[in-house]
Order: sequence, then C-alpha cells, then structure tokens
Amino acid sequence: MFYLSMFFQYISQYLKTRLQYRADIFVEFFSDLLSQAINLVFILVVFGHTNLLNGWNRDEIIFIYGFFLVPFAVFSAFFNIWDFNERYIVKGELDRILTRPIHSLFQIILERLELESLLGAITGLAVMFYAGSRLGLSVEWYDPILFVVFVAGGALVYGGVFIMIACISFWADARTSLMPMMYNISNYGRYPVNIYNKLIRFVLTWVLPFAFVGVYPAAFFLEKTEWYWYSFITPVIGIIFFIVSVLLWNQGVKKYRGAGN
Amino acid sequence: MDKYLEMIRIRFLMMLAYRTNYYTGILIYGINIGAYYFLWSAIYGGKEQIQGLSVVQMTTYVAVSWMARAFYFNNLDREMAMEIMEGKVAIELIRPYNYLGMKTMQGLGEGIFRLFFFSAPGLIIVYFVFPIEFTWDLSVWGLFAVSIILSFFINTELNLLTGITTFFLYNNTGLIRAKRVVIDLFSGLLLPINFFPGWAQEFMKFLPFQGISYLPSMIFTKGFSQHQAIEAIGQQCIWVIVLIIPIQLLWHMAKKQLIIQGG
Repeated sequence: MFYLSMFFQYISQYLKTRLQYRADIFVEFFSDLLSQAINLVFILVVFGHTNLLNGWNRDEIIFIYGFFLVPFAVFSAFFNIWDFNERYIVKGELDRILTRPIHSLFQIILERLELESLLGAITGLAVMFYAGSRLGLSVEWYDPILFVVFVAGGALVYGGVFIMIACISFWADARTSLMPMMYNISNYGRYPVNIYNKLIRFVLTWVLPFAFVGVYPAAFFLEKTEWYWYSFITPVIGIIFFIVSVLLWNQGVKKYRGAGN
Repeated sequence: MDKYLEMIRIRFLMMLAYRTNYYTGILIYGINIGAYYFLWSAIYGGKEQIQGLSVVQMTTYVAVSWMARAFYFNNLDREMAMEIMEGKVAIELIRPYNYLGMKTMQGLGEGIFRLFFFSAPGLIIVYFVFPIEFTWDLSVWGLFAVSIILSFFINTELNLLTGITTFFLYNNTGLIRAKRVVIDLFSGLLLPINFFPGWAQEFMKFLPFQGISYLPSMIFTKGFSQHQAIEAIGQQCIWVIVLIIPIQLLWHMAKKQLIIQGG
C-alpha cells in the first residue's frame, strides 16, 4: 500500500515538473513520432518491392511494429536506467537511494519516470488498428485481456534485460557500451524471427528474448497458430526474466561500496 | 592554417586516449549491419535483382554505408548546443579563430580517427562475417574517397546549422534528435534512395541528404557507372558550397542577438 501511494505521489510530482515546460514535451513527442513514422516508411518502401517477407505480408509486419511500440512505450516510461552507471554508481548517488525506505530499484524507477513515452503506446495502438482493419481482424472479448497480459510480459522482458545490464555496474564500475548495444539488438525483435538464422533465432527467444516483445505476442492477434505456443509463454518469460533481474540487483546492492562522499 | 591542423591533431589524440570505447562501437555497427543483412535477404527472397542491385551488392551497400557513417558522423550539433547553453561560447568567440571552422576541424580529427580505428577494422571484420564483394578497381576507390570526404562536409554543415539554431531556440535537443532520424532515412543509410517511389526520389533530388550516404555507397557498390559517379560528386560539391550560405547568414544573425547567461 505504501509503495502504491509513493508511486502516485511521484507521478503527481512528475506531472507538475514536466508541465512547467510544455514546449519541451511537445518537441519530444514530435521527435518520437517522427522516428516511429520513419520506421513505418521503411516498411512501406520495402514492401513496394516485395509482397511477402518469409510468409508475412505488409500489413502483418506493420501490425507487429505497432504491437512492439506498446510494450516499448511502457518500458521507456518506467525503466529509464540507461545511465544508471554514470548517474548512480560513479557519482555515488546510490548512497542516497539506499537510505530511502522503499526498495532501491523501485526508488530509482520512481525517480527516473518518463511518462511522456507512454504516448508511443497510442501511436502503437493506432498502427495496430490500421493494420488490423486492413487484415480484417476481429476483436474478441478475450483480446483486450490478453493484449494487456502480453504487453506487460513484453515490457518485463525489456525491463529484466536492461536491469541485468545495469547490475553489471555493481561488479565492474567502468563505463560499458552494453546498453546501446542491447538497444540495437532489441531492434531485431521488431521483425519476424524466421527471417534470421537458427542461432540468432535461439538467442532472440531464450537468451535475450526480444522476440517476446514484438513478433511472438503479435502472432497471436494475427491468428498465426504455429506461433501460439510462443505467444502464450510471453508473460512467463517476462516474469522469469524480471524476477532473475531483481534477484541479481539485490545481490549487486550488497556488493555496492559507495563512491563519492 | 597551422592552428586548424593542430586542432585536428589534438582531437585525434584525444580520441586515441579513449579508444576502448570504439571496440564496442564496431560491434554495435556490426549488429546493425546484421539486422539489415537478414532483413534484406528476406526481402530479396529468390529475386535476382531489385532496382539494379543484387543481394550481394545490397549487403555491401549496407556494410559500406554503416562503416562510412563512422567517418562522417559527429556530435558537433550537440557539442555546440552544450557550449551555447553553458555560456562557454563567449570564450570561444574571443579566441583568435573562426569558431565554426574550428568545430569543423575538430569533427575532421574525430572522423580521421574513426576512419583508422573504426571503419577500416570494422570493414575487414564485416567482410569475413557477411557475403560482401569489394571491388579492386582503384578508380572506384578514388571516387569513393572523394565522395566520402564531401559527405563529411555536407553532414558537418548540417550539424553546424542545427547547432546554431540553439542561439534562437535555447533548447534544441528535440530538433537534434529529429534531424538525426531524418538523416538516417533520407541520406540512404537505411535503404537506397532508388528504392523509394518515383515522386519521392524526384523530391529528394532537391535535398542535400542523399549526398551524405547514398551517393558514396552507390559509387562503392558500383551501382553507378563512372559517368554517374562523377555527376554525383559534382552534386555533392554544389551542396557543400550552397550550404555555406545559410550557415553564414544564421551565424551572423546569431552573433548579433547573442546573450550570454553566466559563463
């Protein structure tokens, strides 16, 4: 209960500070929109030259991209830990976090909220509805429920992987470029996994399971029965990765010795 | 002139001191090349050619345009924005050099560093991982070298232009980000310009962006004949010169209305 009230208090503080600089929010939203538009343009142009991408047609690929945007938006809004190493370890800010009465990871998530990223989810939904209507997909009563579950699973996969990367800083405090690298790998998940070779497919499914953010869950709504099994384990994978990352975090915090003064 | 050369040297040495950052950089570019390699292989499916490019040429195009990006890419716009916001630009302006010229030289120092420690080894690694075909025709390499230098200047000029807007907008992080994604698409880094529908190609002919990535990469993959290549280089030259005009104009205006806060 305490955690929940902290959560809402931080959100209201956050909104107050952000709304001070409205022009900033607008520009940021616009540039997000632009980069999403550019990814769509890429898909559209490519399908000007081919009809099928390993058995997936244009609208299906667009649908997958739209789905991907939703968990990604949730992830960007709540797990903003790209600069964990510089901000908290090198500057010794984690000392302050550890004196707070809530779990250290939760405290960092609250401090680093970036709620305007959630607007990306609206774009994603719009893209999905556009592609879905062109494909003639119908919305069943269970679809919204599963959608929420899959989105949560996808966001947890993302969160889990990036928390684990952040945890490396507890053991090795040198700056690493693993974060941007991971971000680039995560882009692989936006396209159907069967265009990749076996090794990459395995990595995207079990090691860095970014395929569970885009193509696997989206396949359920596209009624691709051969992928259903993967679709349904999305939340399981998400929860497993997230739990492991939190356990790793707790171990890491024990190792933390502090820097600065 | 000496001081500008010195600036190139200093930037080069500075980058050399932090070279470990670049090993992972090569890996990141490799990952990106890989993503587009698989995507393009799937797009080609069984097709021999799309828009006059075979799948091997396409892979080469992707690899070369990413590795060339390491050379021409720089963060001058962000550096300028920081200096302007922190008021450091005041010191820069009283120094006995041209601020914009100096920025360009710093960018060049960085570019030369990345050419030797990033693009060259990166290209060799990528050559062994992906099915790429290099030409051994020296004239192609020569044209490519000229073209890539011009693409550095076009990209740097666009960066300077974006940087100068900080004087008017105060906070332009959004603009900088938007510029970057626009350049990725319209420069031909993500996909060759001749894949776009006809009307879009016509439109993009009037923009400087394709001089950044599309033209040099097409020269390298032999997607252009020699005649076309020379024409492309001419087009790049024109843009390098044309872009000086808005830069000088804005720079002149910016200096007049400059307000330094703190510093």
